[in-house]
Amino acid sequence: MISFIAQRIAKAIIVLLALVVMNFFLIRMAPGDPAVVMAGEAGAGDQLFIAQLREKFGLNQPLPVQLFLYVKGIVSLDLGFSFRQQMPVAKLILDRLPATLLLTGTAFAISLAFGILFGALAARFAGTWADTAITVAALIFYATPLFWVALMAILLFSVTMDWLPSFGYETVGAGYTGLAHVLDVAAHLILPATTIGLFFMATYARMTRASMLEVNRLDFVKTARAKGLSDAVIQRRHVLRNALLPVVTLAGLQAGTLVGGAVLTETVFAWPGIGRLMYEALLQRDYNLLLGVFVVCSAMVLAFNLITDLVYRSVDPRIEFAS
Amino acid sequence: MSKRKILISLATTFLLSTAAVAEGPKAGGVVNAVIQPEPPSLMMGLVQNGPTQMVAGNIYEGLLRYSPKLDPLPGLAESWSVSEDGKVYTFKLVKGVTWHDGKPFTSADVLFSIEFLKQTHARARGNLAQLDKVEAPDESTVVFTLKQPFGPFIGIFEVGSLPMIPKHIYEGTDFKTNPANNTPIGTGPFMFREWQKGSFIRLVKNPSYHVKGKPNIDDIYWHVIPDAAARSVAYETGKVDVLPGGSVENFDVPRLSKLKNTCVTGAGWEFFSPHSWLWLNNRSGPTANKKFRQALMFAIDRNMAKDVVWNGLGKVATGPSGSAIKYYTSAVPKYDYDPAKAKALLKEAGYAGEKVRMLPLPYGETWQRWAEMVRQNLQDVGINVEMIATDVPGWNQKVSEWDYDIAFTYLYQYGDPALGVGRNYVSTQIAKGSPFNNVEGYSNPEIDKLFADGAVAFPDSAREEIYAKAQKILVEDVPVAWMLELQFPTITRCSVKNLITTGIGVNDGFRDAWIEK
Repeated sequence: MISFIAQRIAKAIIVLLALVVMNFFLIRMAPGDPAVVMAGEAGAGDQLFIAQLREKFGLNQPLPVQLFLYVKGIVSLDLGFSFRQQMPVAKLILDRLPATLLLTGTAFAISLAFGILFGALAARFAGTWADTAITVAALIFYATPLFWVALMAILLFSVTMDWLPSFGYETVGAGYTGLAHVLDVAAHLILPATTIGLFFMATYARMTRASMLEVNRLDFVKTARAKGLSDAVIQRRHVLRNALLPVVTLAGLQAGTLVGGAVLTETVFAWPGIGRLMYEALLQRDYNLLLGVFVVCSAMVLAFNLITDLVYRSVDPRIEFAS
Repeated sequence: MSKRKILISLATTFLLSTAAVAEGPKAGGVVNAVIQPEPPSLMMGLVQNGPTQMVAGNIYEGLLRYSPKLDPLPGLAESWSVSEDGKVYTFKLVKGVTWHDGKPFTSADVLFSIEFLKQTHARARGNLAQLDKVEAPDESTVVFTLKQPFGPFIGIFEVGSLPMIPKHIYEGTDFKTNPANNTPIGTGPFMFREWQKGSFIRLVKNPSYHVKGKPNIDDIYWHVIPDAAARSVAYETGKVDVLPGGSVENFDVPRLSKLKNTCVTGAGWEFFSPHSWLWLNNRSGPTANKKFRQALMFAIDRNMAKDVVWNGLGKVATGPSGSAIKYYTSAVPKYDYDPAKAKALLKEAGYAGEKVRMLPLPYGETWQRWAEMVRQNLQDVGINVEMIATDVPGWNQKVSEWDYDIAFTYLYQYGDPALGVGRNYVSTQIAKGSPFNNVEGYSNPEIDKLFADGAVAFPDSAREEIYAKAQKILVEDVPVAWMLELQFPTITRCSVKNLITTGIGVNDGFRDAWIEK
């Protein structure tokens, strides 16, 4: 198993470097550059000012030189300096990462737990009104755009009912500490986490239902019934466990993308996370920051893929690690 | 409501407001305001974008402030005088001013700031082009000597144009990497306290501020909320008290302005005078033809755009200068909405339906709607318009590389035609790579001479005559299609008093503001 993990990590590093090079050129293919954007924001842009900015950012150097310097930095774990934020990229990302992990982690946990639960219930009661209700609800949440759900949630729970805060990570200036602070952050977390969670929950519910219905038809389930096991035990121990493999695959893929995938929700709810950082960096052509976020997101996807492979093994012991 | 009730209500309002005035400013309280986008830095000497100025205008100060009529007011200078030949400006500084770290502010700081800003501040560099020397005969006197009279000189000292930088912190250091950039030190009414990137910036009252009794407010929180709809909701749910101009989409303004305890004002933009127009590429294509450009002016219903897209705010622009700018004249050729005249001019121009590429300004829904409206106007008179979608960097690149036919824009005018108008029309400002100079490629030696003469003419009456002539020529030639003098309404709780007191508005800081309890 250790050699399996070592091999996967080595492959991941190669993939990561390839992604860095590809993203480097991809970003620079987009029109505009950070010097002109910043000159525009300053409301003044004489040639000298723009040339000074380009020199300061190293954009006056040939592209291969820029790439070499960037990759050299990455190899020594230096993600560079943000043009616009005037701070090291690593610090900016590390400052924002906890908020994103809290948001997406919560959303992921909610969606996985409730998605599997509702999917299993729908499969167990297939063809009944409960199944129809869960399936229709899942379809609605799956098909509705996230930003619309977010805005409607704000309208209902913040504006009309005044139950939950509409933006931010905490109540600014309140000075809460200890449990009060935890509860305050939790209150701010509910709307954005639920908004993201609903979409993924719908996906997991539909997949769990379909997978369980398929497994239910297999011979070993008939054998289990013939052995006289109770239906609850069959569903929980045999059907659900076997039906979870595709859900684990999907969850593994989505867990990686969740780090950078909360752009819309973080923007609408003013959540100070990495998705918003990436979006703003894109609009400002803040090359180093954007590449830095890409590197972190790519690393996360690769890491979660590895974790998924390991989880496979515990869900289904028949799977072996190929070295 | 009956007439009697209205009268009682009006009388009550009058009595309450009289009582409030009689009570005078109250000390204390917290103001929650919105800032968008998040500023990259608060060090005003290094970064001059709008959000930086809005927040850091509370931390830093300039030598002067300006009234809504753009007359100079005391700032860090308590008085000033100009020599008879218009070449020597002498400023007497307020005595006893200290930086936020307790060190005294003196004339040496002014001299240092001038040298600092010449290196880092593009607009200041242009504004100081006529400066021959600056001297400090004593700790509280600064003398600027110009190479030749420069009419707009007295207008370049507001905090955003020429902020004072602490010499004791920056002298002998690499300005760009000085650690103090993250904890800015100024002389202003508020001091920097905390910045949680992506969330908020907190400023606190400067207890040693040099104006006695000010500021009144204890704390200001600037909340970073990236989505326009979410900013509206933040105000609606009472989480923020101030939405500076441009914070919300225009179509939200009427709804928000009807909320309880809400006041809306268009004041505070006089110095900037945001002026909108369509860049018209004078080099090639149909827009190179003067008659085609004139046809555009007649084809576009600017009054309707003002009333529908901008909710009645602002004014229809009559030419290159905004009406708040010095030497503005309305005695120029008029271009009222007249599609028939536009069609006739298009025929005279020999326009045969060639495709015209139009770039909307990618600044949100209001601008997108405006572009749709203009496209419809142009299609109505037979112009074949193709809309090109871009984001901000893409727009910047296309415009600065002259890769467009028509492009929406708006720019600040900074109070004087020599500072914020001429740059868009003189041929010395035709240079690829910048979206803020003479992007349209208009070249007219007469206009070049008029703007060159106008900047240095003395006295003011001579400048007035020159700029009147320049405006007439430009409006006749239509190098660009002027649209509206924009007004970005500031929305506040009515209980936040005295927020906007100068022509620089919210960017001039909250030093005079107070909260009615």
